[in-house]
Amino acid sequence: MFETWIKACAVALAIVGAGTALAAEEFIVVQSTTSTQNSGLLDHILPAFEAESGIEVRVVAVGTGQAIKNATNGDGDVLLVHAKAAEEKFVAEGWGVQRFDVMYNDFVLVGPAADQAGIKGGADVVAAMTVIAKAQAPFASRGDDSGTHKAELRHWTSAGVDVAAASGGWYRETGSGMGATLNLAAGMGAYALTDRATWIAFANKGDLEIMVEGDTRLFNQYGVILVNPEKHPGVKAIAGQRFIDWLIGPEGQAAIASYTLDGQQLFFPNAR
Amino acid sequence: MQNFAQEMQTAFALILTGDSELLGIVGLSLWVSLLAVLFAALIGMPLGAALAVGRFPGRRALVVLVNALMGLPPVVVGLLVYLMLSRSGPLGVLQLLYTPTAMIIAQVALVTPIIAALTRQVIEMLDAEYAEQMRSLGLSRLATVPVLLWDGRVALLTALLAGFGRAIAEVGAVIIVGGNINHVTRVMTTTIALETSKGNLALALALGTVLIAIAVTVNAMVSLLGQQSEAQDEVRHA
Repeated sequence: MFETWIKACAVALAIVGAGTALAAEEFIVVQSTTSTQNSGLLDHILPAFEAESGIEVRVVAVGTGQAIKNATNGDGDVLLVHAKAAEEKFVAEGWGVQRFDVMYNDFVLVGPAADQAGIKGGADVVAAMTVIAKAQAPFASRGDDSGTHKAELRHWTSAGVDVAAASGGWYRETGSGMGATLNLAAGMGAYALTDRATWIAFANKGDLEIMVEGDTRLFNQYGVILVNPEKHPGVKAIAGQRFIDWLIGPEGQAAIASYTLDGQQLFFPNAR
Repeated sequence: MQNFAQEMQTAFALILTGDSELLGIVGLSLWVSLLAVLFAALIGMPLGAALAVGRFPGRRALVVLVNALMGLPPVVVGLLVYLMLSRSGPLGVLQLLYTPTAMIIAQVALVTPIIAALTRQVIEMLDAEYAEQMRSLGLSRLATVPVLLWDGRVALLTALLAGFGRAIAEVGAVIIVGGNINHVTRVMTTTIALETSKGNLALALALGTVLIAIAVTVNAMVSLLGQQSEAQDEVRHA
């Protein structure tokens, strides 16, 4: 009986081994954010790079905070996120080699058509958020240390609003991705800050509409960084750098610019 | 709510026309969860049986522990497996993070307690029934384990199915250790989570229905096997 058990274990291990061996081609892991995946951008641009380089790009799409944490642990070769201050800190602490600008889009403040706070049509995001806080109108926050969450918190600070005190009241922290937060906002008629790409691609808007857009403070810059192979020898530096060079080079930039949804361009390349 | 009927049609059309993307996802779901159940059975069944027939100090405490572990939160298991397999973790050199193998490991951790606990219950009952007979045949307590496991095989299928149900439906652990990477570690549940986060609620729900259909099919097949085995048993006994 014991021998049978040992044999069964060996067979099971062999099956797993065979399955793993099938996926032996060269690949890199890119730690990125939900906005680049949920908007469909990566599905649009990656096939061109994979065909040209023969390098498979495996994308792990999480919030910027978690992506940076994962990259710090060495669980990724390239970091593609949107929180410039956190990215520069990541490089300064030696976890990343160098940061490059890739593209930008912008954030928009969305809210229910009923517009309890009466902010629709404004162009000053901080003023609008001050009004929301005064009216104690429900606001759905990412609350997950993502790039969008960090941007939102900057605006609350500018508005002089202490959202921590309102947490659980009119200020609702979902602690989840942009889509999940928009689902919640649509369900409870709350305001929310979202990147425009996720917003345009989002299919469950309900009666949510754009309230405030066009403020220069809503600018949303994406950067790309190679994880430092000196910190994590497992990092595939050559393949990773090749991807970065492609992304910030003419072909990658053109691919980003060519991605449209409902006739709208979602990301604007701005690598230097 | 979007047009649910239409999305359902789309989802089933994708399955019926053999859409390679969706079939790949379904296939990986089955592959990962079936292997996880296989490993969990190899560990959990002997463990559960030993807990049932063994007489050693601390046995009751172990039984309570195994029962309690049936309620392990998947996210916690995912996090623990992530910390183990991360490049910065103790098993980082194996480079298993973000692979199907990592997902199997996480599911084995979730399923083993379920199979062990249910096996213990089945074997304990059989042991109470046959203990004297077997002892009179001169079998030691541990030597009765294989006999009891074989005798309880039909009831143990239910333990395997409970484990499979947990594995195939679980999302919290596999999304952390698998990373939901397209064509590599994307399974049914993580696809449903992704489509939900894109706001494609109807498509997510339709995929969920497909997942349930798969679970029903697997259960029906196992139930059929169990019936056949029981029927053969009766023939032999008669």
